[in-house]
Amino acid sequence: MSDLIRRDPRAEWIARNRLHPLHAAMLSASQGGEASWMGPNGLVRKNPHAVGFIGPNGIKRIDRSGAQQGGASKRSSASEVVQLPLRVIEQPAFSICVVPDMLGGRLSSHDKDLLGLANKLAGSDGAVVLVVFGEHKENAFDCNGVDRLLRIEGEAFEGYAPEARVLALSAVESQLAPRHWLLPDSRNGGGELGRRLAAKLGERPATRVWQVADGIASGRAGAGREDLIRQAPRLILAAAECAEPVSDTRHEVRPLALQENIAHSLARIQDLGAVAVDPAQIPMAEAEFILSGGNGVRDWTLFHQAAVALGATEGASRVAVDDGFMSRERQVGASGTWVTARVYLAVGISGAIQHLQGIGACDKVIAINLDPTCDMIKRADLSVIGESAAILQALIERMAAYRQGAARDAA
Amino acid sequence: MTELNIITLVSIGAHPSSGRARRAEQDARAVELGLRLAGERLQLLHAGDPQEEALRAYLGMGLNQLKVLEQAPGGDALPALADYLSDAGAQLVLTGSQAETGEGSGMLPFLLAEKLGWPLVVGLAAVEKVENGVAQVLQALPRGQRRRLKVRLPFLASVDNAAPTARQSAFGPARRGRIEAEAIEPVADALLAEAQLQPARPRPKRLKVIKAKTGAERMKAATAKAAGGGGQVLKDASPQAGAEAIFKLLLDEGVLR
Repeated sequence: MSDLIRRDPRAEWIARNRLHPLHAAMLSASQGGEASWMGPNGLVRKNPHAVGFIGPNGIKRIDRSGAQQGGASKRSSASEVVQLPLRVIEQPAFSICVVPDMLGGRLSSHDKDLLGLANKLAGSDGAVVLVVFGEHKENAFDCNGVDRLLRIEGEAFEGYAPEARVLALSAVESQLAPRHWLLPDSRNGGGELGRRLAAKLGERPATRVWQVADGIASGRAGAGREDLIRQAPRLILAAAECAEPVSDTRHEVRPLALQENIAHSLARIQDLGAVAVDPAQIPMAEAEFILSGGNGVRDWTLFHQAAVALGATEGASRVAVDDGFMSRERQVGASGTWVTARVYLAVGISGAIQHLQGIGACDKVIAINLDPTCDMIKRADLSVIGESAAILQALIERMAAYRQGAARDAA
Repeated sequence: MTELNIITLVSIGAHPSSGRARRAEQDARAVELGLRLAGERLQLLHAGDPQEEALRAYLGMGLNQLKVLEQAPGGDALPALADYLSDAGAQLVLTGSQAETGEGSGMLPFLLAEKLGWPLVVGLAAVEKVENGVAQVLQALPRGQRRRLKVRLPFLASVDNAAPTARQSAFGPARRGRIEAEAIEPVADALLAEAQLQPARPRPKRLKVIKAKTGAERMKAATAKAAGGGGQVLKDASPQAGAEAIFKLLLDEGVLR
């Protein structure tokens, strides 16, 4: 259905003309039934919803003067879901393997750029194979250009296991013999895994690549003062924004299985898990989880307690800083710090545009606010309307229960 | 811990704006880490030109001598370093994670580890303890996080900007320190024959492309406020229910530690 408004002049004319023989029938039909009728016990039943009509802006209008206008039903059209064309590669001539970072189980923007580059390299007869370790939460692989999905699961690949992963990737190498390997040159594991793979396969990779065009890879060299221009090698470690992500095709995401057995070796590096880092010591620009307070916070002691209980880095809006509740270097926003947190929990912040600019790079925003119409709620992925003190208190109690449960499990 | 035999690989850096030779930032941090672990017994190793003045900046951090495997510029440092390290009897070899001149691919520690058959720790932040030939170390992760690892000696470790800041280099010790050169067989780097280095081109800022077919859609895209849209709103819920919803999201995102 299109968004074009189709008027029916005849129906409008009949609706205006109460003496028209079709007036009553036309009105009731357009409003989904009769307005009043005789019930089984002789009572007159009325349908209150049939009174009035829906105006052109989608608002219901009741004209008590009796001179009812309109008669057209609500002009709404179900928003059309555009189905992008599906790209099917039945017998790929070659394959391009991509190993994403999958931060938080989803494709990061860096991964999507990489898939865009892979699709550029694959052309019309190559297949893009995505290699994912363990569980993932991504549900838009098809719109990001994944032709084949190879999932490698097993306890050996959980946590920090670069050596086991490299062995798995060399098994993929011997099965698929991809024309190119693409990995993100990031600090989130991709750069390390790619270099380990390069050393294992004996390939000389192109690193920090920002462009691949006509078989020529350009990447930064040295400390970034020079570019290295060379033939695109098999293994490419690409920087962020190396290509445009896929946006106008759908891909089939056909699952692929690893036929070969993965060689196992004794892990020489043992992962003992993450270490508790004092969140206050982490620079705010790179903190992962920020609890930010604004004008709506009354009890600042409770706010600090909540930050400790959640293990979050503290932030503040400009108002809270100006009022002296937080120090200037904690200010988030255009005149403070532009943060890149994955989760941003805003307490009592209404969301001035300068503040929203500062949190533009945040993945998930949670808002606690009294005002359900404020801009922060429009930006947030989850908003809780209510008094911040009560909710923070409940959150502290919930965290205490969680920590106790974890301690009991460990014991 | 005191008996650890440590070698730090150093290179010649380039000042980010002037391009002048200097001590490389990450290598200096690796030297600092080595000095904290082994003190004066730390050994420095460089492959390249022994006459280079910038090398003395490492000696100025409080060391008496520096070993140089003499090599013409543009040579491949890897075979010489691997040969030297396999006989040197080091338990820990520290490097920076990326050179500031030349290709700067950051592959050297990985290739060395592969050649020597040693484990490699990327982004070493601190060595906590060494017991029975096993070291417990802290690895730096992005966003200021740390991970604890256990690794068997001997191992290689690369250091990035999360390692402790390097101390200043003093002029006197830098003059007095000895640079021992050893001639080695030159190996040419095959890459430099086929690739070319050129001054870095600034990368264009990515434009926001709006793929709209009609004027109305373009207008909508141009005037739209930056909004996530479709967020869940909990209204009239008890504080406990609200806190539970927030807690669940935090747990799903994996930010609770």
